[in-house]
Amino acid sequence: MVNHAADIVVHWVQAGMATPWLVWLVITLMKCGAVVGVMMGMVAYTVLAERRFCAFIQDRLGPNRVGPFGLLQPVADGMKLFLKENVLPGHVNKVYYVLAPAITLFPALATIAVIPFGNRLGGEKMVIADLNVGILWVFSLAALGVYGIVLAGWASNSKYPFIGGVRSAAQLISYELAMGLSVIGVFMLAGSLNLGQVVEYQSHCWLVLKQPLGFLIFMVAMFAETNRTPFDLPEGEQELAAGYNTEYGSMKFALFFMGEYANMVVASAVMVTLFFGGWQVPFIPVEQWLGCSWLSGMVYIGCFLAKLAAFLFLFIWVRWTLPRFRYDQLMNLGWKVLLPLGLLNILLTALVLAGQR
Amino acid sequence: MADPVSKTSAVERVNLTVDGRAVSVPKGWNLIQAARKAGFHVPHYCYHEKLSVGGNCRMCLVEVGLPRMGPDRKPVLKADGTPEIGWLPRPQIGCATQAGEGMSVRLNSQLVKECRRSVLEFLLINHPLDCPICDQAGECKLQEYAFQYGGGESRFVEEKERKPKKVELGPRVTLDDERCILCTRCVRFCREIARDDVLGIFNRGSHSYISCYPGRKLENNYSLNTVDLCPVGALTSTDFRFKMRVWFLKETSSLCASCARGCNITVGSREGVVHRFKPRCNDAVNSHWMCDEGRLNYKWINDERRLKKPLIRASGSAKWDEALAAARDALVRNRGRVAILASGQCSCEELFLLKKLAETYGAVVKLAPAHEGPGDNLLVETDKTPNMNGVRLMGFEAGREVGAKLSDAMAKGEVAALVAVRECAVAAGVDAGALKKMDAILAIDVLPSPTVEMASVVLPGAAHVEKTGTFINFQRRLQRFHPAFAPPGEARTDLWILGQLPGGDSKPLDYEKVFNRMCGETPAFQALPWEPLTEKGVEVEW
Amino acid sequence: MAIITPRPQLTLAERLYLPAIVSGMWLTIRHFFVNLLGLKKKFTLEYPDEKCPPPPGCRGAPTLVRDEDGREKCVACQLCEFVCPPRAIRVTPEALPPGSRHAKIEKRPAAFEINMLRCIYCGFCQEVCPEEAIFLREKTILTGASRRELVHDKQRLLALGGSRPDSVKKWKDK
Ligand code: SF4
Ligand code: SF4
Ligand code: SF4
Ligand code: FES
Repeated sequence: MVNHAADIVVHWVQAGMATPWLVWLVITLMKCGAVVGVMMGMVAYTVLAERRFCAFIQDRLGPNRVGPFGLLQPVADGMKLFLKENVLPGHVNKVYYVLAPAITLFPALATIAVIPFGNRLGGEKMVIADLNVGILWVFSLAALGVYGIVLAGWASNSKYPFIGGVRSAAQLISYELAMGLSVIGVFMLAGSLNLGQVVEYQSHCWLVLKQPLGFLIFMVAMFAETNRTPFDLPEGEQELAAGYNTEYGSMKFALFFMGEYANMVVASAVMVTLFFGGWQVPFIPVEQWLGCSWLSGMVYIGCFLAKLAAFLFLFIWVRWTLPRFRYDQLMNLGWKVLLPLGLLNILLTALVLAGQR
Repeated sequence: MADPVSKTSAVERVNLTVDGRAVSVPKGWNLIQAARKAGFHVPHYCYHEKLSVGGNCRMCLVEVGLPRMGPDRKPVLKADGTPEIGWLPRPQIGCATQAGEGMSVRLNSQLVKECRRSVLEFLLINHPLDCPICDQAGECKLQEYAFQYGGGESRFVEEKERKPKKVELGPRVTLDDERCILCTRCVRFCREIARDDVLGIFNRGSHSYISCYPGRKLENNYSLNTVDLCPVGALTSTDFRFKMRVWFLKETSSLCASCARGCNITVGSREGVVHRFKPRCNDAVNSHWMCDEGRLNYKWINDERRLKKPLIRASGSAKWDEALAAARDALVRNRGRVAILASGQCSCEELFLLKKLAETYGAVVKLAPAHEGPGDNLLVETDKTPNMNGVRLMGFEAGREVGAKLSDAMAKGEVAALVAVRECAVAAGVDAGALKKMDAILAIDVLPSPTVEMASVVLPGAAHVEKTGTFINFQRRLQRFHPAFAPPGEARTDLWILGQLPGGDSKPLDYEKVFNRMCGETPAFQALPWEPLTEKGVEVEW
Repeated sequence: MAIITPRPQLTLAERLYLPAIVSGMWLTIRHFFVNLLGLKKKFTLEYPDEKCPPPPGCRGAPTLVRDEDGREKCVACQLCEFVCPPRAIRVTPEALPPGSRHAKIEKRPAAFEINMLRCIYCGFCQEVCPEEAIFLREKTILTGASRRELVHDKQRLLALGGSRPDSVKKWKDK
């Protein structure tokens, strides 16, 4: 719907006397709006989905009282959080304390810019910023996300948050390495750092089939990067109350919360893009059937979203199945297993590539 | 009423063994007393140390043995050299058996236990299941002994005897004949102590019941002592009936303030409300008794009209600091023209501080009006205040004419400020019109009175059960009383109030300090011990 | 004495975690679909719409009961007031008026209050009552708009309690 409206605006602008940069600006802004809107919606409903799915897994019902099937629950939650008193504890470092939640949410939203979420819609590429070093952008922003958490832990000036923040820093550093190594194989095969091209490369065969080990490492690292179970040590309720966000409440807490889920969405999107063919529809030659039309564009976006949803479901499923790691196990896994495996994966890929030549 | 524990050594003593413990007691003591001396309790109902022995309840059965005599009239010795005991085949009642030389007593043998169990079973045969509505529950000897020594079960399946319930024996005592165990303590009390022989047992066997003689009533001034004496809930106080369960009552040692005898009492109160006064044994003063009048004279303590807030009449202010400041101002302003009207209701410590106040301001007169009424030859004194001796000792002028004296001084214009503590000048005979012309009247009191109505500063004080202090009774015995609870509302103890006025210390109240200061400055109290003063009081001489 | 628990020797499969993860995932997804499709009877009661019937012997709010001829059984002995651990009960006794039908019982509560904000539902009052006059009944859900409303007075306690036949009938032949 949003994109359809965009289409009209595009035609209107093009028909008029507008300069090309203005057209670009308007279209980009519209894409941004649409993407952020869709993403926040997804975040909200992922939270609801998580609550209801985990309830099913645990033979419960979950929130089902607000609206049909509880579908309006996110609205109620949002309203509640908005109306809550904005408490600023006396002992915190005020500036960083307020800044931290924003810093957590921002990278997640910014990362999505380089993810191609569709093929083309009315001639427009369905990616906000078609960077040719897309993956580096992703990594650098993901690395930024940890600042929010560390800052929150430190600025709260209280024990549990501090431990949470420190844990988070150590964990993210450890797993970023493995994550970086695991995707090198992908780019060796695709021959480009541009995510659009990586997707193009997969039009015949998803990279997960060519890089199963790489995918596995990447996925584990992504779980760790998003602080999801079994890697939720920074907030582990049972050990640290709520970890880095212990001292937060109302909307500031909500930002952390949304940040966590936005990170999950982004992680899923990256995984889909790198290993599962991005917006490509498997086995079905969409464009042959539908032509290069608006419809096919929408189908691609739909396909991307479906894959995304599948990964989100995986995140939820894993969270309500696996117990948390012990901290030494976490470090062992990161440094002693995933890192060597990542190196091995590069070596194997290189050998295969050399063999093919 | 003489103390049975006579301290003179001239009395002949006997030696006996109670449950293996050797004791030596004066000749004439019975086995209950001897056992108590040895540290044992013999359960009993009808025996009371101040009454003649009744010997009818059979609860005090014990086994008694005497040394067995050989043909040579010498005790037969066992192998270890101790005399062999010949136990009497039947148990004896401890209350009516005098301790004898060489006697042995068993309090816990199988036979004794069996006897107690059976006695209780008999007593309970016709006893109603009244405990839930019985005022005695919680301090009932029948409950206690049934619990400790009883069998726990009755084999009696026949109909219980029905007897009159809720019988008004007199204006203050209600009787429940079903609960009565016929111990006759009440009968003996009326006959021997109150000397008003109105109670007796009527009918025979299990139909027997207690009642007044036809045409008579139990209405003497000591009738409520029968309620204390009744070991069960048969005799109950009509006043206290159904007011509060005894287990909720906080018990505080205090004194009766209704006459100069100063009977020792226990105040039973719950959450700032007095529910009853009970006599506390002090052989030197009131033995186990107190008069009904004093016992029932507690209702004013929880009266709704109690003064609860200080008041400066001119400004209507009700703040303590302002009221005290106003009182001090009035005294300073009228230095040399102050009259003090104290009361026999004031404690010695309060009177002492009042004396200091009088010295500081050069009081013209220090008076305390007398309150007199009929007395009797048992306990009640004609002087109706508890501390008139204290008043005199502290140099106040007491008597019937103080009102006239005060009026005189006022007429001569020597007095411009009056400090009235627990006394009403109008009631003492001073003309209200003359009082109105005074510059200042400071009233420290508990209840409204004409003087309080007129006072320029009202300082609400405390009843004696709300404070601590000492009274000197008519025998010149200094006795202490203790606070059961705090004064109501913002009222304070009189000692605190006086401490805040010049002459006092203006320091937070420390009762012991005031007492010691008083002892130091009062010749009669010189070197008075603080500690022994606690329960029974000491006699002072001057 | 120290107790030495030997560490279990893990097999390779166990050390890899993967089989355990897979079996765990299988278990949870099975539950997920079973519940999603509603294949099993659900245990959850959706509270305001569905209520859990109190099981027999449930200790709900303490109440006062009457016997079969409508006599208030409480005689204001105040034992419950004494035994109540949080001091929720307040009994004010009075003598029964002489003309009353039950005058032979002599005593009754003039006021009987149970502060349900203090009550901990221990049931001691029921246990101690010599007259079998106070019972913890089924009412478990108490709401009120003010603190005062949750202090149950005698009328409310009797209304909640209803009647219970008297098993002893000790006052019958008084
Ligand atoms: S006299 Fe004692 S045993 Fe008898 S009903 Fe009263 S409390 Fe119970
Ligand atoms: S149930 Fe327990 S807490 Fe509640 S009123 Fe009875 S005794 Fe008190
Ligand atoms: S409810 Fe029972 S225990 Fe409580 S006062 Fe009444 S009779 Fe006594
Ligand atoms: S006390 Fe001895 S018979 Fe009653």
